[in-house]
Amino acid sequence: MKKMYFVSALLIIASMVLAACGGSAAPAAGGEEGAAVKVGQVTDLGGIDDKSFNATAYAGIEQAVAELGVEGKYLESTQQADYNKNIQQYVDEGTDLIVTVGFLLGVDTAVAAKANPDTNFAIVDYSYPDCFGTDFVEGQTCGSATELPNVLGLTFAIDQAGFLAGYAAAGSTQTGKVATFGGINIPPVVAFMIGYEKGVMYYNEENGTNVEVLGWDTAAGDGSFTGNFDSLDDGRSFAESFVQEGADIILPVAGPVGLGSAAYCQESGACKIIGVDTDWTVSSPEYTDVILTSILKNMNVAVYDAIKAQVEGTFAGGMYVGTVANGGVGLADVAGASDELKAGLEAVKQGIIDGSIPTQ
Amino acid sequence: MNKTDTTSQTPETKTSKENHNESIWQALLVPVLAVVTGLFLGGIVILASGENPINAYGALFTGSFGKPANFIEGISVLFSTGDTAALIKAIYPFTESLVIATPYIFAGLSVALGFRCGLFNIGAEGQFFIGALVSAFVGYSLKGLPMIIHLPIAILAGAAGGALWGMVPGYLKARFGAHEVVNTIMMNWIAFRLSDWLLSGPMKASGFRPVTPNVLASAELPRFFPEPLRFNLGFFIALLVAYFIYWFLFKTTLGFEIRAVGANPDAAKYAGMNIIRNFVLVMALAGALAGLAGSSQVLGVDHWVGQGFSAGYGFDAIAIALLGKSHPAGVVMAALLFGFLRGGATNMQSMAGIPIDIISIIQGLVIVFIAAPGIIRWLYRIRTIKTEETVLTRGWGS
Repeated sequence: MKKMYFVSALLIIASMVLAACGGSAAPAAGGEEGAAVKVGQVTDLGGIDDKSFNATAYAGIEQAVAELGVEGKYLESTQQADYNKNIQQYVDEGTDLIVTVGFLLGVDTAVAAKANPDTNFAIVDYSYPDCFGTDFVEGQTCGSATELPNVLGLTFAIDQAGFLAGYAAAGSTQTGKVATFGGINIPPVVAFMIGYEKGVMYYNEENGTNVEVLGWDTAAGDGSFTGNFDSLDDGRSFAESFVQEGADIILPVAGPVGLGSAAYCQESGACKIIGVDTDWTVSSPEYTDVILTSILKNMNVAVYDAIKAQVEGTFAGGMYVGTVANGGVGLADVAGASDELKAGLEAVKQGIIDGSIPTQ
Repeated sequence: MNKTDTTSQTPETKTSKENHNESIWQALLVPVLAVVTGLFLGGIVILASGENPINAYGALFTGSFGKPANFIEGISVLFSTGDTAALIKAIYPFTESLVIATPYIFAGLSVALGFRCGLFNIGAEGQFFIGALVSAFVGYSLKGLPMIIHLPIAILAGAAGGALWGMVPGYLKARFGAHEVVNTIMMNWIAFRLSDWLLSGPMKASGFRPVTPNVLASAELPRFFPEPLRFNLGFFIALLVAYFIYWFLFKTTLGFEIRAVGANPDAAKYAGMNIIRNFVLVMALAGALAGLAGSSQVLGVDHWVGQGFSAGYGFDAIAIALLGKSHPAGVVMAALLFGFLRGGATNMQSMAGIPIDIISIIQGLVIVFIAAPGIIRWLYRIRTIKTEETVLTRGWGS
């Protein structure tokens, strides 16, 4: 009896060894498909299922897989040292277009792009040149002092969508106070808040109201920040204190932190939330009753377009800017909006598109 | 090693060389079977998720060691043309695995040392962050020093930062009886939020990214190969430190005291040993080791610290210490295993489409089997042989 277990243990070990050996030939067999354009996404630390940033970008790849027949996959980063390793993995595999997500990959993407001029890159929320000031070191503290011919930066005029959100919030508030807070005081976050404040101010001018904005002051360049992008508890406590100060609509610009605010609003019934990046009534339907609207940053559209250009052979480096005009940014439907507010939003949208309403 | 081991102050009686070898084999048997069984069950999970475990483990293998064919080709290219590029590309996966194993060795030693004294150091992650931040600060702020001075200062500063972070729970335990598990967890949160604040303000580089400036070249751990290989001196320092910890634990009086306190604090107290001093000392040393993990990561691999600096090295270190039976040699082996698993995971994810989370599942299974060796003994019908079992921790209520 005892021997039998020993033999079975040996068999298991043998199967492991065989598995290890058998697999080394597998990639060669798989690589013969040839023609299909290979696209790989490297996520930042949020992971592929973050319901925001990385997930939206990957939706663009999935669309391209379905419609353009490209080969698409992703690699998740669990720490900053993975950025370099994951990009290198794709370079070694002969990936045609590497999509990197987030400004934290800005330096590693530029370094890899320079070392591999035949590989194309698209980076979400970043663009080159990014070396400004005097004390930078190219390839260390910033990516590149010049534009890179094989990198397309996918950026978004998010202040335009934030402006629309501010207008919608001001037109929906019952208490006359609306609030916002961010994760960290950095430009990609602050852009939402600046547009939001401007939108509220514009609504006040147009309608003779006096809606107040809590949590951000463009003149001072400062506001409320949780200091992180992961603590749902912070989202809850920030929402609670804003409600105590009299606000009833809150824009959390801190990824999943906002879900904590949504949970508080749902429990207390005292506030509504504006989602960011994607339509939260779709990504987090359990909070639909407290979601006023969502600021849409259509990274999937931008990524899809970049892949399409790659497939068609028209890929060029530089910068893509998603705007209200080209559908790169926008605002989801506003829950319970009056016809008057809807008409106002439409007018503002046209104003932003034709440039008559400044949002920055 | 055999000779000195049997003559040292360890309480075990003299054994013949054969018996000693047999006990090493015995000590290795359960961990090895635990790993094998963990991989086997992981394979079933992969199968259940609709993927082919043979492809997956094949990709894991080539991702962690490289492809033998590429290696042979690299050597032949080197000999025929003198071009090293192909060989360097071939050894990239292997060296990357060693790069990942480096902080695991340091952090695993940190937790193992605590276990030896009956202390459960869950704070390695926080100590890791503090070590990294202090090393980064010294690395970028001290200018104009030659490497021979700057690098050691930066490394030692990281160790000192970690030591300070570990010493606090050690002191609270010794002086007030506050449980180190609770306090090290608290210290973790303080470290995380402190680093959030430092990265968004006092230590922030120019530009908008919340990261520290890069350390100067004079504070970087030297790398042995050109880009993109990141294999550096840190790995060998880790091995050296592991040997030092072995020597310290098993060859010095202080090490004996620490183990005695771990085995039975009451008896150690009656034997005239200073419990308080040992608790503080061990926690400080454990903190220093975890600090070195952060230090080696920032000076050897990243050169800057951002919010996503750690992939949970400090927490995986608990598993590594358990798997390595809190012995420095075991820790090194366990850290290498984890390094190869994590290193190969990238390739497995890309080539076989298996999420990296499967590695966490395998690690978890291995730990279950290590923590409950009875399962493995029952599964493979291994006789229980009386050996000196390491006391891991004195439990939650001590």
